[in-house]
Amino acid sequence: MKKTHLTLTVNGQTYTLPTLPGETLADLLRKRLRLTGTKIGCNEAECGACTVIMEGEPVLSCSTPAERADGKTIVTIEGLAQQGALHPLQEAFVKHGAVQCGFCIPGQIMTAYGLLSRNLNPTSAEIRHALKDTICRCAGYPTIEQAILAAAKAIRTGQPVEEPEIPASVRGGRFIGQIHVRPDGIEKVTGKAIYTDDLYFENMLYAAVKRAGVPHAFVRHIDVSKARQMPGVAAVLTAAEVPGQNIHGLVTLDWPVMVGVGERVRYVGDAIAIVAAETQEIAKAALDLIEVEFDPQPVICTAIQARQEGVPQLHPKGNLLKHIKVRKGDPQIGFGEADVVLEHTFHTPPHDHLFIEPECSIAVPEGERMLIYVGSQIPYQDRSQVARALGWEESRVRVIGQLMGGGFGGKEDIAGQIHAALLANATGRPVKLLFDRHESLLVHPKRHATQITVKIGAKQDGTLTAIQTELYGDTGAYASLGEKVLTRATTHSAGPYLVPHVHADCYAMYTNNPPAGAFRGFGVLQSAFAIESAMDMLAERLGLDPIELRRKNALRPNTETSTGQVLRESVGLVECIDRVTEAMCQVSRLPRQALFQARPVAGAEHLVRAWGFAVGFKNTGLGGGADDCAGAEVELYENGSFEVRSSSAELGQGLVTVMRLVVAEELCLPPEQVKVLVMDTDLTPNGGPTTASRQTYVTGNASRLAARTLREAIIATLAERYDQAPETIRFENGQVHVNGHVLTMQQVYQEMKAAGKEPRVLYDYHAPATAPLGMPGDMHVAFSFAAQAAEVEVNTLTGEVRVLRVIAANDVGHAINPLGLRGQIEGGVVMGVGHALLENFITENGYVVTDRMARYRVPSIVHTPEIIPIVVEDPVSTGPYGAKGVGEIVLIPTPPAITNAIYHAVGVRFDRLPVDQEQLLWEITKRQA
Amino acid sequence: MTLWKEYLHPQSVQQAVEALAFSPAPAIPIAGGTDLMLDLQQGHHPPVHTLVDLTGIPELQALEIRNERLFIGAGVPHHRIVESSLVRQHAASLVESCGLIGGPQVRNAATLGGNVAHALPAADGTIGLLALNAEAEIASLAGRRLLPLHELFAGPGKSTLAHDEIIVGFYIPLRKPGQGSAFCRVMRAQGIALPILNLAVWLERQDEIIRAARIAVGPAGPTPFRALQTSAYLTGKPFCEETILGAQQALLAEAQFRTSPARATAEYRRKLVVVLLKTALLSAWHRASEQ
Repeated sequence: MKKTHLTLTVNGQTYTLPTLPGETLADLLRKRLRLTGTKIGCNEAECGACTVIMEGEPVLSCSTPAERADGKTIVTIEGLAQQGALHPLQEAFVKHGAVQCGFCIPGQIMTAYGLLSRNLNPTSAEIRHALKDTICRCAGYPTIEQAILAAAKAIRTGQPVEEPEIPASVRGGRFIGQIHVRPDGIEKVTGKAIYTDDLYFENMLYAAVKRAGVPHAFVRHIDVSKARQMPGVAAVLTAAEVPGQNIHGLVTLDWPVMVGVGERVRYVGDAIAIVAAETQEIAKAALDLIEVEFDPQPVICTAIQARQEGVPQLHPKGNLLKHIKVRKGDPQIGFGEADVVLEHTFHTPPHDHLFIEPECSIAVPEGERMLIYVGSQIPYQDRSQVARALGWEESRVRVIGQLMGGGFGGKEDIAGQIHAALLANATGRPVKLLFDRHESLLVHPKRHATQITVKIGAKQDGTLTAIQTELYGDTGAYASLGEKVLTRATTHSAGPYLVPHVHADCYAMYTNNPPAGAFRGFGVLQSAFAIESAMDMLAERLGLDPIELRRKNALRPNTETSTGQVLRESVGLVECIDRVTEAMCQVSRLPRQALFQARPVAGAEHLVRAWGFAVGFKNTGLGGGADDCAGAEVELYENGSFEVRSSSAELGQGLVTVMRLVVAEELCLPPEQVKVLVMDTDLTPNGGPTTASRQTYVTGNASRLAARTLREAIIATLAERYDQAPETIRFENGQVHVNGHVLTMQQVYQEMKAAGKEPRVLYDYHAPATAPLGMPGDMHVAFSFAAQAAEVEVNTLTGEVRVLRVIAANDVGHAINPLGLRGQIEGGVVMGVGHALLENFITENGYVVTDRMARYRVPSIVHTPEIIPIVVEDPVSTGPYGAKGVGEIVLIPTPPAITNAIYHAVGVRFDRLPVDQEQLLWEITKRQA
Repeated sequence: MTLWKEYLHPQSVQQAVEALAFSPAPAIPIAGGTDLMLDLQQGHHPPVHTLVDLTGIPELQALEIRNERLFIGAGVPHHRIVESSLVRQHAASLVESCGLIGGPQVRNAATLGGNVAHALPAADGTIGLLALNAEAEIASLAGRRLLPLHELFAGPGKSTLAHDEIIVGFYIPLRKPGQGSAFCRVMRAQGIALPILNLAVWLERQDEIIRAARIAVGPAGPTPFRALQTSAYLTGKPFCEETILGAQQALLAEAQFRTSPARATAEYRRKLVVVLLKTALLSAWHRASEQ
C-alpha cells in the first residue's frame, strides 16, 4: 500500500521519482520537474491557475497529492504545442489578446483544453460553466471566451484561427492603432514565461517573515535564539541587525523594515523578524520558535476615529497624514443661488488588488553587489529602498524586473525586496521570499476606505451652482501613496463638471488597518461613486433626465476644473455621453425616455431590469508639480534588429506592445523587428513609477522621441555619406531608401559604425510642467474621460443582482494598441462589477477577516456582463500621437452605473459598497409593504 | 512540518479499513481531498501522520443499479454523477446539487463520499442526497452495515463514523412513475464560497395529490436538516398554491435558522427558504409528471 516511488507520464515523458511526504502535484511539477508553466495563485483551490490535465480531465494541482498521480498521464501547458506548432487554443489566446499579465493563462488554457476535449462545439454558456472557477484578475473574460470559440472552430474546421473583430484606431497609423499581438504573448501561452517564483538559483535559501499578528502594540521583547538553533536555519534577523536605515516608504519614510524592541507595531502585517532556511517548510516552522512579547494598545480602526481627540497618535506627527484642500470660488454663494441643495454621505470599503501572482522577491549576492529579482512597478525606487536598508550606495543594487502576474497598483510598495536582500547579505547566499495568498492579503497596501459627504447645489434647470465635499480616507498604518491617492480623490470629488464654486476637504488618516496605497483608479473610484450617485439623486429631485443633467454640466474644451485648470483640448466627455446613450437605445431597443424605467421580465415578474448611467474622469500622469519624466533608449543592432529599453513596468497592461509599436511607427519597421526590454536598473533608463495611467504617455513619448532622434541621426549620417538632401531619404518597411539605393538595417548599422556614430539614442522625456494643488496653472497634462451604462437585473425575491450589459465609452486620445485597449476596458469593467457587487476587504478591530482568497471574492467569468466597448479618440497634442492614459478610467464609472441601475430597477439607493443582497431584499420588502 | 508523513494506496475496502486501524496515528482517509487538503494546508485540521487514499479502490468507483436500487460509490467524483444518465433518471436533485459544486477542476476530484463524510450542514451534494432517502454502506474491520444517511451526521463538520470506518457508497431507491426531485440554492456574491441556503425536495404524486414528500434544508441546524413536519404536512394534500403556502409555514415553524456573520442573517434565510421551497416543489412536481 505504501509506495517508495511514483511513476507518472507528463507531456509524453515518463518519470519515476521517489515519493516525498506532503508533496502536492503542483510542487512535483514545479519544483522537481521544473515545469514552472503551472502557476500557484492561491494554493487554496480558488483561482484555478494551477490547473493541469490528469487522465484527460482538468484538476487543481495545488490540492492534489502528488502520489495520486502515480500511474497517471498528465498534460501541462508545456505539453500543448506539438513540434513547435502552437495548439489552436494557444494561438487564439495570443491572437485575440486574451493574454495580459499571463499568470492565469496556463490555467485558463488547460481548463479550456479540458472542455474542448469533450465538446468541440461549446456554447458561450458551456464555456462560462467550465471556466467558472478559473480566475483572471486582468479579467479579459469576454476575450477569453471569444478565443476559446475561435480555437474550437479552428479545430473543427481545420482552418486557421480567425482574427478577432476589434476595430483599428480611427486616427490611423501604419503600425500604431492597428491590431498587433503582444511581444510576450507566445511565451505566456506556452508556459515558457518566467515569473519571479519560477526562478531557481543554486544554493538558494527560502525566507519567511514573522508578522506581528496584532494591530497595535509596543514590542517588549523578542527572542530568536530557538529559531536560530533550529537545524536548517541559516539566519534570523531582527530590527537590530538592519545594517542601514530601518525604514522605507514611497513618499513618506514611515514604514519600518522590522519593528524592534520598544517600538510600535501599527498593523497585523508588521514584520518583527525574518528567517532564511534551507527549505520553505523549515523557514515557516522557525517562525513558530520566535518569541515576541507585546504590550497591546487600543486599536484605531476607522479614519473618523483616528481624528477624534484623545486617541493614541500612531506616528510622531500624529494621525493626520494630510489635510487636502480644494478651493474654487465660494460655495456659500453657490448654494445661495441654488434652487435645490442636496447632501448625502457615502462609504467605500478597502479593496485588495488580488493580482493572481503573489509577491515574490529573490536577492542574489554577486561580488560587491546585490541583485534583486522581482516583479515591481517601480524598479528604480526598489533599488534606492533596498540600498537604504543595506546602507549601501544605490549603484551596488541592481533590480532585475521579472514578468508580473498583475499589479494594479499593489506592487508599488516594498513587499519582500528588502527582507530578501538583508538575508542574502547576512548569509552570502541567494534568498527567495515568496508570499502565500494569506500573507499577501495581510501585508500589502489596499485601496483606501473612504467616507465621502457630497453637498451639491443646482438651479431648477440643472445648472450646478456649487459642490462641497468632505472626505475621510483611511490610509492605514503607513502612508504609502496615501497622500497622493487622496489628493486625487479630492480633486476629482466634484466630478467632470463645470462648477463655479467648489470646496473639498479631505482628511488622510493613519489607523491600525493594513496600509492603503495605490490601486487602479487611485482615489477617483471612491469619489466617483459618491458624486455620480449624488448626481442621479439630484436628477430625480429636479425631475431631470440623469443623462441630460450630466451633459449640461459636463466639462468641455475651455472650461475650468475644480482646481482651476482650463482644459484647452482633448475633452471627449460629451462624445462619450452621447455615444453611450445612443448605444443604450440601440442594444435595448428602448426609446430614450424609457431607459431608466424598471422593466419586469415577462414570465418572471420577480426579476426586474433597468439601466443606470455614470461618467468619470481621471488624470494622466503624476501632475501636481512633479517632474513627470521617463527615459527610453532605442538601439540598432548589427543584425538589423532594434531594441527599445525603459525601466517602466509591464504588469500585463501592454506597455511593451505600445513601446514596440511606437518605435516601429517612427522607423517604419515591421513591429517584430523591435525587441523590448523593461525593468532592469542596470540596462534600462529610469521610466519612473508605473502608476497614474502615465506610461503610454511618458514612456510612449520617450520611446517615440528616442526612435525619432535615432532616425534623424541615421538620416544625417546617410545624407552625408551619399551626399543627398536629408529630406530625400526615406524609411520604408524596415529599409532605408537613399538616392536609389536600398539599405537594409544591417547596412545602416555598418554605415553608422563607419561614420563613428553609435546607433543608439537615449531620450529623457519630461512631460509639460504642472502646478501643485492650490497654485495657479495646470495640475495635470491631460485627463481621460468616460461614460458607462449598466443594465442590471434584480431578483426581488432574493435580493440577488446580476449585471447583464455594460456599455463603456472611453476617451483615450488615440488608441495606439487597440488589442491591449480592449483588454483594459473589459478588465476595468469587470473589476468595477467586482467592486460594486462582490469585493469587500473586511477588518475587525484591526484584524483581517478576509485573509484567504475564499473570503475575498473577485469576479469570475460568470459575473461578467456583455461588455460593449466604445473607443473615443479626442487627442491631446502633447501625448504620443495624441494618446492619453487608459488603465484607470475604464473602471471608474462602473460601480455608480450599477448602483444607479439598481435604484432605477427597485428604488433602493446604495450609498455603501459593495451592494449587499440581503440589505437590498429588506429594502425592497419595505417598499412593497 | 509536512502536511502528512505517509501516504497509503489501498486497493480494497478491507485494506483501507486495516490501514486506518493499524497505521501510525493519526490516520485519516482522503478521497478527492478538495476540502481536506485545504484544511491541512491552512491549519484547520490537525497534522496527520497517515493519509489513506480511497480513490484507487474499485468498489468505491461503482455507479450502477444493484438489487433494485441505485448504488453510487463513495469515491465517484461529482462530474461522473452529473453526467450519469442513471443518476439523471433516478436522482435529479443529486445531479443538480453536484453540478453546482465548484468548477470542473473541483468536480473532477471531489467525491460524494467526501461531501457527506465532511458533514457540513449545507453541503450541496449532501442536501441533494438527503431528500432521496439514501442509505450509506459503512465498512469497518467488523464488517459492513447500512445506515440511513441522516444518522451519519453528529454535528457541524463531524460525522458519526469511527476513525477506522469508511463510507463504501450510497443506495438510492429507484424512481418510480409519479416521483420527482429537485435542488436549488442561493449564494452570496460577497464572502465565503458556501451557499447561504440550499434545499432539496423529493415527492410522489398521484393525480393532483402529493402522496409523499421529503425535504432537506441546509444550513438549518448543526447537521443537514430533514424537514419531517413539512413532509408530513404535504402528504395527502392537493398540489396547489394553498398547499405550498401551508408547507412554507410548516417549514418556517420547524427549521432553526441562525445568523452567520458576513454571510446571512437568520431572518434572510427565513425569507429565502420560502422562495426555495416553492421553486423546488414546482420543479419536482413537474418532474414527477414526466415518464
